[in-house]
Amino acid sequence: MSAPVLQIRDLTVTFNTPLGPLSAVRGIDLDVHAGEMLAVVGESGSGKSVSFLAAMGLLPKTAVVTGSVVLDGKQLVGASAKELRAVRGHLMSMIFQDPLSALNPVHKIGAQIAEMLQAHQKLSDKAAKARAVDLLEIVGIPQPGDRAMQYPHEFSGGMRQRVVIAMAIANSPKMLIADEPTTALDVTVQAQILEVIQKVQKQFGTAVVLITHDLGVVARVCERVNVMYAGRIVEKGEISEIFDRPTHPYTRGLLASLPQAGVDRLAPIAGFPPNMLRPPTGCAFRARCPHAVARCEEALPSLVQVGTSYSACIRAEELLKSS
Amino acid sequence: MLRYVLRRLAWAIPTLVFVTFLVYIALRIGTDPVASYKRINPRATKAKIAQYIEVNGLDPNYVRGYFRWLGNFVTLDWPRSIKGSREVWPQLKDALANTIRLGVAASSVGIVIGLGLGVFAALRPGGRRDVAVNTAAFVGISIPPYVSAILFQLLFAVYWSRWFGSTLFPTSGVYPPGQMGFDLGLMIKHMVLPTFVVAIQIIAVYSRYMRSSLLDVLSSEYMRTARSKGISEARVLFRHGLRNALIPVVTIAAIDVGAIVGGLIITENVFSYPGMGKYFLSAFGEGDFPLLMPWMVLIVASTLFFNLLADISYAWLDPRIRLG
Amino acid sequence: MVDEITLPTISPRRMAYNRFVSHKAAVVSVFVLGILVMFVALSPFTARYGVNEAVQAPPNYFLSPRANAWLGTDDIGRDLYSRLIYGVRVSLVIGIFSGLISVAIGCVIGSVAAFRGGRFDDVIMRVTDLFLAFPFLVTLLVMRNMIGGISWLKPITGELNSVRFIIVLFAIFGWMGVARIVRGQVLALKEREFIEAARAVGASRWYIVRRHLLPNSIGPIMVALTFSVVSAIISESTLAFFGYGPQAGDGATSLGILVGQAKGAVNTGFWHLALFPCLTLVVIALSINFIGDALRDATDPRMQKEA
Repeated sequence: MSAPVLQIRDLTVTFNTPLGPLSAVRGIDLDVHAGEMLAVVGESGSGKSVSFLAAMGLLPKTAVVTGSVVLDGKQLVGASAKELRAVRGHLMSMIFQDPLSALNPVHKIGAQIAEMLQAHQKLSDKAAKARAVDLLEIVGIPQPGDRAMQYPHEFSGGMRQRVVIAMAIANSPKMLIADEPTTALDVTVQAQILEVIQKVQKQFGTAVVLITHDLGVVARVCERVNVMYAGRIVEKGEISEIFDRPTHPYTRGLLASLPQAGVDRLAPIAGFPPNMLRPPTGCAFRARCPHAVARCEEALPSLVQVGTSYSACIRAEELLKSS
Repeated sequence: MLRYVLRRLAWAIPTLVFVTFLVYIALRIGTDPVASYKRINPRATKAKIAQYIEVNGLDPNYVRGYFRWLGNFVTLDWPRSIKGSREVWPQLKDALANTIRLGVAASSVGIVIGLGLGVFAALRPGGRRDVAVNTAAFVGISIPPYVSAILFQLLFAVYWSRWFGSTLFPTSGVYPPGQMGFDLGLMIKHMVLPTFVVAIQIIAVYSRYMRSSLLDVLSSEYMRTARSKGISEARVLFRHGLRNALIPVVTIAAIDVGAIVGGLIITENVFSYPGMGKYFLSAFGEGDFPLLMPWMVLIVASTLFFNLLADISYAWLDPRIRLG
Repeated sequence: MVDEITLPTISPRRMAYNRFVSHKAAVVSVFVLGILVMFVALSPFTARYGVNEAVQAPPNYFLSPRANAWLGTDDIGRDLYSRLIYGVRVSLVIGIFSGLISVAIGCVIGSVAAFRGGRFDDVIMRVTDLFLAFPFLVTLLVMRNMIGGISWLKPITGELNSVRFIIVLFAIFGWMGVARIVRGQVLALKEREFIEAARAVGASRWYIVRRHLLPNSIGPIMVALTFSVVSAIISESTLAFFGYGPQAGDGATSLGILVGQAKGAVNTGFWHLALFPCLTLVVIALSINFIGDALRDATDPRMQKEA
């Protein structure tokens, strides 16, 4: 595999809330290689979005970020505002969950895309507008010349998300972070959007991080997957491996809870996600884990290699042997 | 949009007629024009009284009377005041000019400073300057304008001269009595205090509007998108923050400006400023129907016009609004 | 072996109360107003003189504050302090009653307009918009005279100069602002799922308004009430300032009348006649406004996203 475009080491994010410090991300290591599509999977509150918002420097001032995030050789944690501005929209872009609220309702979308272009390239207004129309065509919007003069509310949900994608790749970024891009869309449109993302990935060679809670989405398009729980990465590996032989009880629970044809009852994971104001000692999943033992309480488990994947379960090997 | 404007303008005429009709009824019942005329002109002959009734459209039948009045009004054949048969338009014109001068001065100063303070406060919500601005604005809103007017008068007229021997800012009228002709310096000097009093209210109100609107906008998702584009913070603030936050504020400002013509009554009274307020109070006090009706028409027209302007500006600024 | 799962839950009412008391100015205002209301309610005991009683034998006019007249005397020797107490009582009565009536009318009209929508809503909104845009004082003065001139309304409104008349007058024109606020709130709630659920179970429109919409609008309604009361008190003083306020004979007074006398006091330089009534008015207005503002923050549904 080629050298990693994005390298995250020991990233922690803590929010200073009125109720005390909240540990949203508790030390994660992550690599993204050029041209690959990496999935980051987890439920709400697992810290998956916060990690990448921290990488972009888009968190509010109440957030304390430590660790290292290196994009294409540049250290982003602690970088100055000017340096971050040069990176955002240029080397690394982000698309968000709800395209309606992500776009400014009072500006034409052509102008919003042109703004992205002119922030990082020396283009005349006319050239920027023309390029914006080109980008709309690439993401599959019909009559792009006319549509560029319209406002966000005049588009349907799927079309809007395409616009957002067009805007994000305008400057051919090396890294694209897609934060739940399909969650707010109809199922039929979801597949289309994933296709668009794949298309731009191949066309521009962009590395993509796909953040989602939907395993079905992951199975379609990603090669590797990281599973996050309670601010930690609990499993990493190739897609096929993870789906066939999950090495962490949480992943196993996630897969088991997917609705299956012919099976009447749903099998959810028992219990609730932990309170991150007072994170539990040791493994955060132990309260809900059918295989937990006394040892699980002792220390925060780190990722160890189990076969071709990595798992943060201290009993991974033995559980794999017995199943 | 053009169709909407034309339609609203077309509706404006009948609305104007209808509302002035209601005003006509209210004034006839409330101020008893004929009795007022008789009171001011106790030696008026029966013929004169009849003429007064006819010229002002004061028929026993309200509808017929109104249309008679309307006919005279539109043909610019305005009946004269009950006091000394003075012409209405010159008085009204002067009053209007004075009020517009005061209103425009106070509004421009007030709105600009108010918006500025609002932005200033919203950029660091909950911080010290936010609390300071908010509290000051709050106190400003809670003090009725004539209280501040009186207190300022007290301070500048009575005590200043007591302490310093001369008046710094005059507290009444447009010019000192006996002034002939136009003198900009004197006019400005006389306008300082009333402008200040009105501006305080405006600053208080608009700083809160702007702060609240900007805070709403700042927490929107598209602000985060804008930042993720890597554009300068200034551009984020102006093109995305302020541009959106100003929409509701401008709409309100349009309506407020329209209300200026009738909205300075109290301040004008305290400072003896001869504007539309003083005109109205004295005319109303005397029950001077010929003076009152044109004044009312002006007020209604201004209100309708600026309401329309507010709707149009709202639609122009926010493309999500589809006008009728 | 279940860890502490979710954060301890607090009821919305408790949350609102907590948020309210975190506004120090509002808490202080509650105390200040409470003391004021107590003074006023116990007026026969707290006032030192009758409302029309001279402090001492002449010369007794325009006396500055002293032992037997804490806030000084007015132009005919009456104790300002006592008159203030009686005056505030009248103004508070006007404010509270017209506020309550305005809010009652406004709630009904606002919720019906929002619920029915369509033509009715349009008409109501146009009418209230225009009235609200019109200079308020002009409307008050003209309408006051007009209503006073309609003889068959007398049984309802009382005499032109009475307190009852003013309350009726304010109620007739005060509901519009409240109606807008309530309408806005109902419109926002109307589309929420729990309303749809209620409708699906067959609840009648009136039941939904009564049982679901209004209780969920208590926040904005309370805020509207405070602003209604303040507006009434200030309007009363404005009317009195121009001599159109309540004038029950026997020297009875209102806060507005006392403030109105301040104007004359400025010219003659008797500061106590200007300062104390103005100060009282400002303190009352500020306190009610602070409380209203804190109530608005406390019940704002947007704030409920946090903790």
